Amino acid sequence: MTTLQTVFSKARAENRAALVGYLPAGFPTKEGAVAAATAMVEAGCDVIEIGLPYSDPLMDGPTIQDAVHRSLTNGTRIADVMRTVEGVAKSGAATLVMTYWNPIDQYGAGRFARDLANAGGVGTITPDLTPEESGTWLQESKDAGIDTVFLVAPSSTEDRIGKVAKICTGFVYAASLMGVTGARESVGSAAEGLVGRTRRHTSLPVCVGLGVGTGKQAAEVAAYADGVIVGSAFIRRLLDAPDEASGLASVRELAAELAAGVRR
Amino acid sequence: MSPTEAPILTAADLAGNGVYGDDPDGHGKFGVFGGRFVPEALIPALDQVAVEYEKAKNDEEFLREFDHLLRTYAGRPTTLTEVPRFAAHAGGARIVLKREDLTHTGAHKINNVLGQALLTRRLGKTRVIAETGAGQHGVATATAAALLGLECVIYMGAVDCERQALNVARMKLLGATVVPVTNGSQTLKDAINEAFRDWVTNVDRTHYLFGTVAGPHPFPEIVRDFARIIGVEARRQMIELTGRLPDAVAAAVGGGSNAIGIFHAFIGDEEVRLHGYEAAGRGLESGEHALTLTAGTIGVLHGSRTYVLQDDEGQTIESHSISAGLDYPGVGPEHAWLKDSGRATYHGVTDDEAMEAFALLARTEGIIPAIESSHALAGALKLGRELGPEATILVNLSGRGDKDMGTAMKYFNL
Ligand SMILES: Cc1ncc(COP(=O)(O)O)c(C=O)c1O
Repeated sequence: MTTLQTVFSKARAENRAALVGYLPAGFPTKEGAVAAATAMVEAGCDVIEIGLPYSDPLMDGPTIQDAVHRSLTNGTRIADVMRTVEGVAKSGAATLVMTYWNPIDQYGAGRFARDLANAGGVGTITPDLTPEESGTWLQESKDAGIDTVFLVAPSSTEDRIGKVAKICTGFVYAASLMGVTGARESVGSAAEGLVGRTRRHTSLPVCVGLGVGTGKQAAEVAAYADGVIVGSAFIRRLLDAPDEASGLASVRELAAELAAGVRR
Repeated sequence: MSPTEAPILTAADLAGNGVYGDDPDGHGKFGVFGGRFVPEALIPALDQVAVEYEKAKNDEEFLREFDHLLRTYAGRPTTLTEVPRFAAHAGGARIVLKREDLTHTGAHKINNVLGQALLTRRLGKTRVIAETGAGQHGVATATAAALLGLECVIYMGAVDCERQALNVARMKLLGATVVPVTNGSQTLKDAINEAFRDWVTNVDRTHYLFGTVAGPHPFPEIVRDFARIIGVEARRQMIELTGRLPDAVAAAVGGGSNAIGIFHAFIGDEEVRLHGYEAAGRGLESGEHALTLTAGTIGVLHGSRTYVLQDDEGQTIESHSISAGLDYPGVGPEHAWLKDSGRATYHGVTDDEAMEAFALLARTEGIIPAIESSHALAGALKLGRELGPEATILVNLSGRGDKDMGTAMKYFNL
């Protein structure tokens, strides 16, 4: 199993940022998600976030909403998410689950953390779990030996960044802009400042996500962040592909472009 | 004192009575319910709203302005109406309606909206967004935005746009942009998701004028406080009218704002029973209902821990009700707390029972209620038969039924 620590030390040794790719479990199909994520890893993703499809994704833009809706329509359950993690982890990437809090809460925090660890997952990203509500999850994650990644945003005050950074392990997720997920023309100008502010509170790697979709943008972000997170742009490729084979080829191509970007 | 002299609102009216531990703690918790489950990006905005509200509610100037609008714009205080011909169908118990339907824009929603619109100005924001189900909250928000010169965008499920078409036209006429939401169940739940997405993107200049006592802290507290005036007035008026407190208070529960608005001033009166009526839709067994408190389980929805209609893995189950305003799979955390503490009881009223009460009030009393409020009326009919002819029941008539004529025409073949 590849840990986040291994990934970031390796990237640092190579003097580059890590590449983090996101895909929801069950999209385009249950097997298709493993195949696509594996292709992304083969083409240069160091970390994969497997999204746990949720009925009310209020932090996500239209692209991820669409993919998640299809996944839920396909009948994706948490057991499928765990199987997806298991499949993707075999590719050698550090594999996380990104999820809203309620599915973990209902599944049982302890059970979720243990099942994820058993599947070869290395941690979670929980975008709507605030430090105030995170006590149980931190304990269960620690017991299961998995990392806990939380988000900071351009609007975050010093006090909030400090609180969030303190409960992160693995890395800190810096949202590049105020908004929902989705590829953008340009990465928010606030991102670099936020990374700088975050570094004052932690020695953990800081990764930037939201709005990144091209090799050029990846290179820009890689200049100041430890990792570049890309989600919607991969999903877009799969949504626009006429069939599964060309979808795979297309995500592979994008991953290669981004991987070159973080090495520029 | 004539009603024009006495302020209808004081700081104490807004702040609550402090009994029963009814106020949320520092993290916005009512017992285990409430709190904040939102993206970190929104925390500063929620903090800003909370801090500004704390200042506002202790500021004479703010209270005076709010009071002035409630009186001269919204039409407060609203009257009580006793409805004996309707009550004859309830075993002869006395039934008294609190007439929120007579407020400007036609529903209790205006109270909260005026308070939050003034708060928006204090926050230095120039744009308001809101979700709406029945369209009453959207209309009230568009109205206040017109009054205060704020830009206004309303998110409304596409299904609701159709069944409340009249209100869509009203909002547009008032200058608001109405965005039909075509995700998910295309009802209130999805409109709230979309409003949150807008908020996180435009939070710099935008206030999310939340329409019910759900959502992340501090919304459950703020919306309740601005709706509290309903119960504060009604309690005083009931004593004037009947010489005593009612035996029971009945209200419909969607997100829970009109119910908490009328309940809250009575929470310390332990002899007064508080009854909330949720939409049972086509019945519990049909699976097509909005029985969040009656049949839901504890989880997180829209930023708050509360009762939720959800499956075993936390996926929200779509609700159903003939009434758009009650068609919501979540509920305010304070109601969750009132339910678990036993202080209030919650029941279901089916589409058919609500429509029967809707028609009955129209024919016996000449009042056409909102279908939402008709759930409380149907509840009062049952309650009256249960409590007997000695009982007095206060019902929150949260809104008027003009917006529902399309649904009524279909339902009754008018
Ligand atoms: C007239 C009326 N009553 C009740 C409701 C339900 O909302 P709440 O439970 O917040 O009062 C609505 C919502 O739109 C409404 O318009």
